[in-house]
Amino acid sequence: MDINLGNIWHARDFILEGLQYSLSLTGFAMLIGITAGTVLAIARLSSNRMVSSAAATYVNLFRSIPLVLVIFWFYILLPLITGIQMGADKSAYITFAIFEAAYYCEIIRAGIQSIPKGQINAGLAMGFTPAQNMRYVILPQAFRNILPLLLTQTIVLFQDTSLVYVVGATDLLGAADKVAHRDNTLVDMYLGVAIIYFTISFSLSKAVKQLHGKIAIIR
Amino acid sequence: MIEINKISKWYGDFQVLTDCSTRINKGEVVVVCGPSGSGKSTLIKCVNALEPFQQGDIIVDGISVADPKTNLPKLRSRVGMVFQHFELFPHLSITENLTLAQMKVMGRSKEEASQKGLAYLDRVGLKAHAHKFPGQLSGGQQQRVAIARALSMDPIAMLFDEPTSALDPEMVNEVLDVMVELAQEGMTMMCVTHEMGFARRVANRVIFMDKGQIVEDCAKEAFFGNVEARSERAQQFLSKILQH
Amino acid sequence: MSTYQWDWGIILQQVPESEEFYYQWLISGLGWTIATALSAWVIALLLGSLIGVLRTLPSRPLSFIGTAYVELFRNIPLIVQLFIWFFVVPELVPTVVGDWMKRDMPLPEFTTAVFGLGLFTAARVAEQVRTGILTLPRGQKNAGLALGLTLGQTYRHVLLPMAFRIVIPPLTSEFMNIFKNSAVALVIGLTELTFQMKQITGDYAPSNPIEVMTLVSLLYLSVALSVNRIMAFIEKKSRVPGYISGGK
Repeated sequence: MDINLGNIWHARDFILEGLQYSLSLTGFAMLIGITAGTVLAIARLSSNRMVSSAAATYVNLFRSIPLVLVIFWFYILLPLITGIQMGADKSAYITFAIFEAAYYCEIIRAGIQSIPKGQINAGLAMGFTPAQNMRYVILPQAFRNILPLLLTQTIVLFQDTSLVYVVGATDLLGAADKVAHRDNTLVDMYLGVAIIYFTISFSLSKAVKQLHGKIAIIR
Repeated sequence: MIEINKISKWYGDFQVLTDCSTRINKGEVVVVCGPSGSGKSTLIKCVNALEPFQQGDIIVDGISVADPKTNLPKLRSRVGMVFQHFELFPHLSITENLTLAQMKVMGRSKEEASQKGLAYLDRVGLKAHAHKFPGQLSGGQQQRVAIARALSMDPIAMLFDEPTSALDPEMVNEVLDVMVELAQEGMTMMCVTHEMGFARRVANRVIFMDKGQIVEDCAKEAFFGNVEARSERAQQFLSKILQH
Repeated sequence: MSTYQWDWGIILQQVPESEEFYYQWLISGLGWTIATALSAWVIALLLGSLIGVLRTLPSRPLSFIGTAYVELFRNIPLIVQLFIWFFVVPELVPTVVGDWMKRDMPLPEFTTAVFGLGLFTAARVAEQVRTGILTLPRGQKNAGLALGLTLGQTYRHVLLPMAFRIVIPPLTSEFMNIFKNSAVALVIGLTELTFQMKQITGDYAPSNPIEVMTLVSLLYLSVALSVNRIMAFIEKKSRVPGYISGGK
């Protein structure tokens, strides 16, 4: 059988639209995921038992069940709760933001815990409240230390967005799949998206590696 | 200024401080010494509540540290502290290290804060390094910045927790010089240190701790001058530390 | 939400026009999930260890092969990899083999899922094994060689036994991942747990999805919990006195 990757080029407009959706889904889930993940991480480290165990339950729950299942959950649950038929493309935004928060949380928590006790004491000794200390002393250092990990998780997230295929959303894979079945070009389309995913993920992870060398914090 | 009344502290079953009492008057310089693990670092951290304690109380400028109603951030902002490992904030420039708490805790304007901070930086002889980051300075320089950072908050007293023990020998004196100057200006100081030369020069009193207890608490002249009258443990410690 | 008709008994009902019950479908799905994950784990662990070791070897070509494998399998989404194994590879191999794969290969969905998932996870295991070996003090390798062991013996008796103990915690999370990731194989038609759930809530009992999904989620949670317990037990058994495992 001959491979003709030109078929991807013929459908480029539709494929690019799909890629655009994948990227915007990734970006949105990253922003909300990191924000919510930070709140969750602080909650997990709280000395208030109720708060910390509620956050731990959230995180462990989402880390124990398959993403595919979570996608189905929200796809079915969101219209039931909100009463709005939002469709696969829109519900995926909410699904991924909520799901990824659990994963970002664990990275951020490790970052916070890696800050030496002496730094925390120094901030408190200057008269910062615990909240100010978190804001001005702990988080800025934690985020610098874990930036490569957060970005690596985002590359994983980018690849995971392909799973919205299961509810029929038109992401990069979904778009290619639709073209593949319309034109009967399965081989070309699947190989084509594999190459696109690989190129993007590989170059991003190379960039993260370079960044890692640069930002190692001066102590 | 600082009154320590019968402080006891446990880590689980292990008692680290037993009935420690002393007082530091305004303008007084008190040196705390003792073998490692004697509880001296723990005691000084209790003064600004970085370490909680289970019994007793500490009164700083009329305010109880143990009272749950006390506004600890406010109290801490009035007591300067210098740490063994400097603890400058590595993600901030020297100027930002000096000004951050002034602005966020005391509400000073950026101009006022940096004017004040730079003045103290000048006093410790490091004005030229204002734009650098902590990691670009030597240990001695970092510790002098840390002292300037604490002074920028206009503290009523200063706590020093082994300020020279993480330094290379050739850098110890530049830090001690700053501390001596500060003492001579009348700053109230509590210093955990093994630098007996420093104690001899400027201390009013010397406290000797062992196994979580205050064993000796006497005037400098008595501590160094009348060694035979000291406890056996203090004599042993002194003979080891003054041998050379 | 207020109009939702709750019926937890749905699980126990009989499937319309068949002899079977819904719970039987879920049990069979759970069976396939576990079978797929465990079989794929065997491949992932063996191949992953081999590739992880390759990446630490002094030989340039060998470590390049290891690196290339890891980069290739880590940077393409699992779902795309499964599509390629299932739909693309049979078209690209010689016709005889391709026809066999399409017509005669036993349990085609299961076989493809096991290999696809195994090869995918091997790349992740390889990274953990490599990190584990690199975490060991350099002196360990030199000490082995200085005693007259060959490089192979040094790996076999000195480096790998310690490296595996160090990587047990990260491998635990990969082992959990393989159970979760097996759900992706529903896209090539493997009748695992999530596939069965989708089938029940999609075509047979679309009015009671929440009950079915809750039950399925609980099944996954109990799998995760069991895996966690088992790995904690293994970690405890293999602990070396005086050496903090997980060593960072």
